[in-house]
Amino acid sequence: MSLEEFKDRNIGTQNYRMLDLGESPKSGMEKFKQVVERSVKLELFTGLKVTFREMYKALFKKNMHTVKYPFEKMPIAPRYRAIHQMKRLLESGHYRCIGCGLCEKICIANCIRIDTRYDENQRKEVSEYTINFGRCIFCGYCAEVCPELAIVHGGRYETSSEQRASFSTLEDMLTPLEQLAEQSEFPGFGAISPNADENVKKTPLAY
Amino acid sequence: MDGYIIGTIIKAILVLAIISALAGFGTYIERKVLAFMQRRYGPMHVGPYGLLQIAADGIKLFTKEDFIPSGANRLIFMFAPIITAATAFIALAAVPLLPEFKLFGMTVRAIVADLNIGILFILGMMAAGLYGPLLAGMAQRNKWGLIGAARTAVQFLSYEVVTGLSMLAPIMIVGSLSLIDFNNYQSGGMGEWLIWKQPLAFILFLIAGFAETNRTPFDLLEHEAEIVAGYATEYSGMRWGMFFIGEYANMITIGFIAAIVFLGGFNSWGFLPGGLAIVLKVSLFFFLMLWVRASWPHVRPDQMMWLCWKVLMPLAVINVTLTGLWMMV
Repeated sequence: MSLEEFKDRNIGTQNYRMLDLGESPKSGMEKFKQVVERSVKLELFTGLKVTFREMYKALFKKNMHTVKYPFEKMPIAPRYRAIHQMKRLLESGHYRCIGCGLCEKICIANCIRIDTRYDENQRKEVSEYTINFGRCIFCGYCAEVCPELAIVHGGRYETSSEQRASFSTLEDMLTPLEQLAEQSEFPGFGAISPNADENVKKTPLAY
Repeated sequence: MDGYIIGTIIKAILVLAIISALAGFGTYIERKVLAFMQRRYGPMHVGPYGLLQIAADGIKLFTKEDFIPSGANRLIFMFAPIITAATAFIALAAVPLLPEFKLFGMTVRAIVADLNIGILFILGMMAAGLYGPLLAGMAQRNKWGLIGAARTAVQFLSYEVVTGLSMLAPIMIVGSLSLIDFNNYQSGGMGEWLIWKQPLAFILFLIAGFAETNRTPFDLLEHEAEIVAGYATEYSGMRWGMFFIGEYANMITIGFIAAIVFLGGFNSWGFLPGGLAIVLKVSLFFFLMLWVRASWPHVRPDQMMWLCWKVLMPLAVINVTLTGLWMMV
């Protein structure tokens, strides 16, 4: 089915195919004939056969449908966007966030709070960064507006916890330093191009 | 005489204990079989393969609050589940569960009371058990319960005729109402089984048995999708558990009757000893009930009445007439 066809919501203009169910019986004799026909043809036992076949397949062919969830997990879709992640710079390991506050500004649920200060080198550093996940609607604006690709949505969807504040501080969301090598980026619009390194030019001193 | 009384009491207690344990185990089997037929695992976390789930459910049922809704008729409300559970076990008193066996040098007959009207007693007791849902539904002051009670009456009136008439033909052939006599009549091996002489009666009895135990094609009494839980809507805890145990005990009873009357009872079957044979046959019927529940949809009340009065009852009457003619010739 093409996308246009799929999006067509004008009910009644499509070509529906009617199921061939036959005429429903009208007179008593026809009803009786239908009952006899169905009894003699043993239609009921088709149902029994189906369930027994499924049981056989489930038990002996390992065709169980159940995912034993906490022990087994389904792969999530690549475009799934769940709890936020804060990314780090690959070389230095420092967090990418520059404290510009755009995410706080654009957040329509007003759930991001960011606080910055000067550090000892008179550089801006992020002193507080929290997301109130009770309010977050996962619209993705913060990830979209971030100029440094510092905040993105990750794939973490198991968000039950003992505390409301879980998952939501900067330390929780930052990539752990020892996993820096596995830190990955989402492909697509807004992502770093594969040849990003080549495109970086030294700023001329005369600039 | 004293020995007889003591023996009977011991047997009664054993039957009560074993069958109620089996009824609990039956719920586990039902959940497992239904799960497998839907490609699920069923209970599997409490104990090995989920076997202790029964114990967990039992503890839950026992410790639940004994709740009686305001406006209910308290006495009848409290009494109704006992009727269902008690009649189910009383019916089992006349069922020979196993062949005779020797224990400590004594010959034990695995039947609590060998009545000469055994089958009549069992069917009567199971019919009386229907007072449980009927009274429960009317006593609880709940419209779903009331509809459930009305459906109980409808179902009861419809299938009880079929049960009786379908049983009549085998009774005519054997010439006795005792289940022991039924068993002895078929002692000559598989060719002697009454199912070959009375196939129609067997099918009719099976259908009526499904209605008698409120199993799926005819479980109008507590049809979840239509009337919440029917007669059991306001019940919880152990009172509801008694309905449940009664239903499963009835399933076992129907399995025993069908096995003894039509499938050769506890005579040894080929190389199988009699005790194992009847357990296998009853298990087969139990499995059939679960299988049907997994496969077939419910019928409407009017469809069930139509089926019982316009199809099954005439067939049963024709069957009885033909059997009578065949016996006269």
